Amino acid sequence: MSKPVIATTSLAGCFGCHMSILDIDEKILDLIELVEFNKSPIDDIKHFTKQCDIGLIEGGCCNSENIHVLREFREHCKILVSVGECAIMGGLPAFRNNIPLKECLREAYLLSPSVQANHEYIIPNDEDIPMILDKVYPCHEIVKIDYFLPGCPPRAELIWEALVALIKNRPMDLPYEVIKYD
Amino acid sequence: MNQKIIIEPVTRVEGHGKVTIHLDEEGNVARTRLHIVEFRGFERFVQGRPYWEMPVLVQRLCGICPVSHHLAAAKALDVIVGAGTGEGLTPTGEKMRRLMHYGQIFQSHTLHFFHLASPDLLFGIDADPAIRNIIGVALKHKDLAVQGVMMRKFGQEIIKATAGKKIHGTGAIPGGINKHLTPEERDMFLHGPDPLNIDKMIEWSVAAVDFFKSYHKKNKDLIDNFSVFPSNHLSLVRKDGALDLYHGVLRAVDANGKKILNDVDYHDYLKYIDEEVRSWSYMKFPYLKHLGKENGWYTVGPLARLNTCDFIPTPLAQKEFEEFKAYTNGKPNNMSMHMHWARLIEVLHAAEMMKELLNDPDLLEGELVVKGKKQYEGIGLIEAPRGTLFHHYRINENDQVVMANLIVSTTNNNQPMNNAVNVVAKKMMTGQREITEAMKNAVEVAIRAYDPCLSCATHALGKMPLALYLYDKDDNLIDEFISQ
Repeated sequence: MSKPVIATTSLAGCFGCHMSILDIDEKILDLIELVEFNKSPIDDIKHFTKQCDIGLIEGGCCNSENIHVLREFREHCKILVSVGECAIMGGLPAFRNNIPLKECLREAYLLSPSVQANHEYIIPNDEDIPMILDKVYPCHEIVKIDYFLPGCPPRAELIWEALVALIKNRPMDLPYEVIKYD
Repeated sequence: MNQKIIIEPVTRVEGHGKVTIHLDEEGNVARTRLHIVEFRGFERFVQGRPYWEMPVLVQRLCGICPVSHHLAAAKALDVIVGAGTGEGLTPTGEKMRRLMHYGQIFQSHTLHFFHLASPDLLFGIDADPAIRNIIGVALKHKDLAVQGVMMRKFGQEIIKATAGKKIHGTGAIPGGINKHLTPEERDMFLHGPDPLNIDKMIEWSVAAVDFFKSYHKKNKDLIDNFSVFPSNHLSLVRKDGALDLYHGVLRAVDANGKKILNDVDYHDYLKYIDEEVRSWSYMKFPYLKHLGKENGWYTVGPLARLNTCDFIPTPLAQKEFEEFKAYTNGKPNNMSMHMHWARLIEVLHAAEMMKELLNDPDLLEGELVVKGKKQYEGIGLIEAPRGTLFHHYRINENDQVVMANLIVSTTNNNQPMNNAVNVVAKKMMTGQREITEAMKNAVEVAIRAYDPCLSCATHALGKMPLALYLYDKDDNLIDEFISQ
């Protein structure tokens, strides 16, 4: 039997969820035996080269690119999992959802105390950089998500248990302490 | 015809960094740009929040080095709660934070070197990407991979013991820390079963420095000549000139070693540093005001720190530091790939510092928090793994944040990373009309010397999700390369 194929990505996240995957520590060496990684920042594969069994999504969507990637993951993955607060609810980046985007840009580029010499009032805007969405969107508002792993980040044990359950097609055994999150 | 090349970080697919290269009529590289394509808006959306939330909130900028943001924010808030500036904490407060920070330096540098950079060195820059990754290292060089994994684990366990959690912890609070180390935790770190004890970590750190030095001997051309350009260097140093990653004064030297910022109080950073906004990148370009936008840019991070400091206050790392300095006859080192060498010397220093701290009884008992007269403004700086990190807050009488200014490490390295890309592009793209895999890899390797992932500003772990675009003189796209 061929190994299950896993893909992962970080959208508008901080990479903490991927770090939590690495926090399974020496089990990462077991994981390499158990599964094959396809498109993931953990290996060097940037485009899907085949259909995957499990896709892990970190981060919500804050620009048009994030949406494109998420849709591509939905197309290529049988099971899609939102990993962490940002994927599930937009997380901390979604704090900006109550504030007009323009105000956020003004604060960073015009009002900051360390942009005293920006006399031309430049705010980045160029064909070479993407447009930012009006709000930060959780993943399930863009595509169908099959499972949600809570936490900021989800604990390594939770990610490991969930992966093993999905790979071996068995129910998850999750003690209360492991699903506790902040 | 002028031409423009773009290397986009798998952009449409995963993009966070993107490189454009313009060629002139003769096919020479006329202009290169590294575009940072992410914007979050932290400075605005933390306004109105209670100040004490900052250490747990702002660290969510980066999950790779959250402790740096956690501590820089806490240091700024120390000032706000009247606990002084870096030296005003109780011995327990200061030492617990230092242990947390050196644990963080250890884990982040280890990740940077073993998980992200070592595949380039082990398999070669032009190796097949399918094996040129940490999984390839695990399959082909299992011992080295196990060392990397266990060293990172040790650092993460130190963070958990001091901050409460491995990622996005809660240990540092305004004016101090919220816990002691337990004797059981201390004993585990000092005398735990191999390999998870501090002596093994020091042994492996020495081995990692040796690994790099022997690689350097065999690959002098790559390490010494891959990307070299004169740069200013900036970092915190201890008042006596020692390397200190937690606290100090701001020092900068130019490419020849002349001091251009002479151990100034970092609370005055606005007197010395300003940021330029350019329309084509969301990341700003900091520079030293007295030298101007053109000449005032500087490098931060491990290489800059070893260029600014006078000595390293732990014996094994000091020995390596002397060898490192001797290589450039005591002058600042401006070779981008030597960043990895400097980083591994800091890994060793962090391990030695952790051992010293773990043996300190102040971690186990003593007052945790200092309070004083409330202030309305606080500035906190720290040397994060990738360089100097600035946090600056103002609050109102209701304890709400009204202003937040963050200059993150990667932002400080914006111009040097742009320069490194330019040097590599000139070397590899002159006269070319197509972007080759080697070119893409070379750009990745150049950026990765500074930041493995552009994590603070972007965030793609490991392999730069780069996309390259090549334009002619009339701005017609003649080739594009999106990494596969």
